[in-house]
Amino acid sequence: MKSQTLTAQAALTALPIILSLAITALLVMAVGADPREVFTLVWEGAFRDLRAVGQVVNFWIPLTLCSIGLVVTFTAGLWNIGVEGQMILGAVFASWAALTLDLPAPILVPVEILLAMLGGALWALLVGVLKVRLGVHEIFGGVALNALANVIAIYLISGPWQPPEGGSVRATPPFPAPALLPPLSDTFKVSLLALVIVVVAVVGVWLALRGTRWGLQLKATGKNARSAMLLGVPTGRSALSAFIVCGMLAGIAGSYRVLFTYNSLRPGVSGGIGFLGLLVVLLVANRALWAPLVAFAFAAVLGGSARLKIALQLDASLAGVLQGFLVLTALLSNGLRARLAPPTPISMIEEPAPQPIPAEAAHEQ
Amino acid sequence: MNNELLNTLNSIVANATPLVIASLGETITERAGVVNLSLNGSIILAAMVGFVAALVTNSALVGVLAAMFIGMLVALLVAAAAIELRQDQVAVGFVLTLLAADLAQFLGQSYTRIPGPQILNTPLPLLSDIPVVGPVFFRQTILVYISYALVIGLWYWLFRTRPGLAHRAIGERPAAAFARGTQVNRLRYIYTAAGGALVGLAGAAYSLSVKAGWATPPSMDGDGWIALAIVIFGGWHPFRVVLGAYLFSGLRALATVIQRTPGISIPIVLLNGVPWLLMIITLLLVSSGAIERLLRLLPRQVQGWSRNFLRSDPPAALGTRFEPE
Repeated sequence: MKSQTLTAQAALTALPIILSLAITALLVMAVGADPREVFTLVWEGAFRDLRAVGQVVNFWIPLTLCSIGLVVTFTAGLWNIGVEGQMILGAVFASWAALTLDLPAPILVPVEILLAMLGGALWALLVGVLKVRLGVHEIFGGVALNALANVIAIYLISGPWQPPEGGSVRATPPFPAPALLPPLSDTFKVSLLALVIVVVAVVGVWLALRGTRWGLQLKATGKNARSAMLLGVPTGRSALSAFIVCGMLAGIAGSYRVLFTYNSLRPGVSGGIGFLGLLVVLLVANRALWAPLVAFAFAAVLGGSARLKIALQLDASLAGVLQGFLVLTALLSNGLRARLAPPTPISMIEEPAPQPIPAEAAHEQ
Repeated sequence: MNNELLNTLNSIVANATPLVIASLGETITERAGVVNLSLNGSIILAAMVGFVAALVTNSALVGVLAAMFIGMLVALLVAAAAIELRQDQVAVGFVLTLLAADLAQFLGQSYTRIPGPQILNTPLPLLSDIPVVGPVFFRQTILVYISYALVIGLWYWLFRTRPGLAHRAIGERPAAAFARGTQVNRLRYIYTAAGGALVGLAGAAYSLSVKAGWATPPSMDGDGWIALAIVIFGGWHPFRVVLGAYLFSGLRALATVIQRTPGISIPIVLLNGVPWLLMIITLLLVSSGAIERLLRLLPRQVQGWSRNFLRSDPPAALGTRFEPE
């Protein structure tokens, strides 16, 4: 009996992966390509050699930073869709320092990252204040501020920060060498400093959520804001602090994109990584330590798909299709699992599994 | 009145139409207590499918029907996940909005930037000859006329018919409606599907008329979110929703006019931010009591009436689950 349910559980865990791969394969066939060829290309694109793995890590770093930040806001029951805009503002603030400050690298780089944290936090605080003090739901505040962040970045690139040769919206001039994060080696192009920041962020958030008063207050706010408030939890301040922490981490993620990935500020600098972080968090719920693992799988798909366009003339949005179907089928099979589960004897009922989103968050408008 | 102004007003109505149709669709869905957050992606996918279907069959009608089918399909997924599988509507809707947009981009990759069928203006006889009103409202496409009928029809349905009363009841007090014999979840499926079909129609209104064709990145990206905000601004009332969509479209046009005025130089890129600033401002107005303060400035006789008109309370059971037991 017990092994039977275990098998069923395992099957339901594997189901989303198999199903989403199968659907993606069908779609690839629908546009007239060979799924085996596509999967091989994506796999090799991600793991062929050290250089390819480095590309994956370069997606993984900002994605993990966003995901771990979003674990914080999800714990507080908040839908921080504005994470994309927070990344962009982080990138913009770091770019300002990179383009204008003439400092040696050991001072300039920390200044850039701190400014990026400030930019991300400010943008997140805007969403937070709109939500907590002014009653504008964070999804709508976030979507609007994402678009505005994009407008700001494009304005700067095409106006005040345009390269001397003029009128381009493609990118700012490349940043000077002291402003950039140095790569580990020529073959494994990854920033050590960023790796350290990711580890600190993941462990820090994990510890803060499980072992501090702040983490407890966030959880209480997320589970049931009204009763938390009645019990004396400052739910408004708690929510704002979650936004600020997530914004700071998203800001660092944004700075990584300009200071390492691109060496300049360009339109669409966030590359949908913030949204992808939301998908990661939908899968891992509040389990902070799972975020980097799931993020790595997503980063591998992303990095591996980079050459689809050149090699097979396939649009790279295929990565998003696979990831989207994976999360969708995972949500659906969660529901299926709950429906199929045999009724639990009362003595065995434990705390309910963490819900990624409390129902109240959806309709406080 | 000069011709240029009439043309501008005409295009404001035309450009608002997909927003009108999509936000009326979402109004139908949310009045039944279900949030379909997938609008932005649904519209994009429906626009792509509608365009390709119309192109392949050389029939705009087939395109419209295909788009409506896609919108309905996505909406039914949200409903099934919420009702049968007890998943969070916002989570499923958000995943679907990303997924549908990527799907559209992937499957539509070989159909970008090619000319295809378009729905052309059909001026209505007699009505189009009325001064001012005629050229603005009745020299439009058939989709625009459908949107007029939808506004009035939905208002009549919701507030003047018995099934409409039950429709509102399952969004406000599902348990009470159930006790009176209403099949809450079955109706929720039906209204979510109906709303989704209109969202799909909005997609076709873009790719077959207002922003004809298909391109990546999709030109209508973002409007789905704006339509969701218009539903809130519109207080889930058809007349206010349509007013919100026209106002929005009008202010968008105004920003372009200001930009073109000699002597004023605003970089074009900054204009792209205008809709989003408007979105924040309008939501602030309906959610922070600022409107209440503005109302007090009005003469007393109209205060009560206008307060009633401007109130924006969501259906009480919006986004919640109903388990008949």
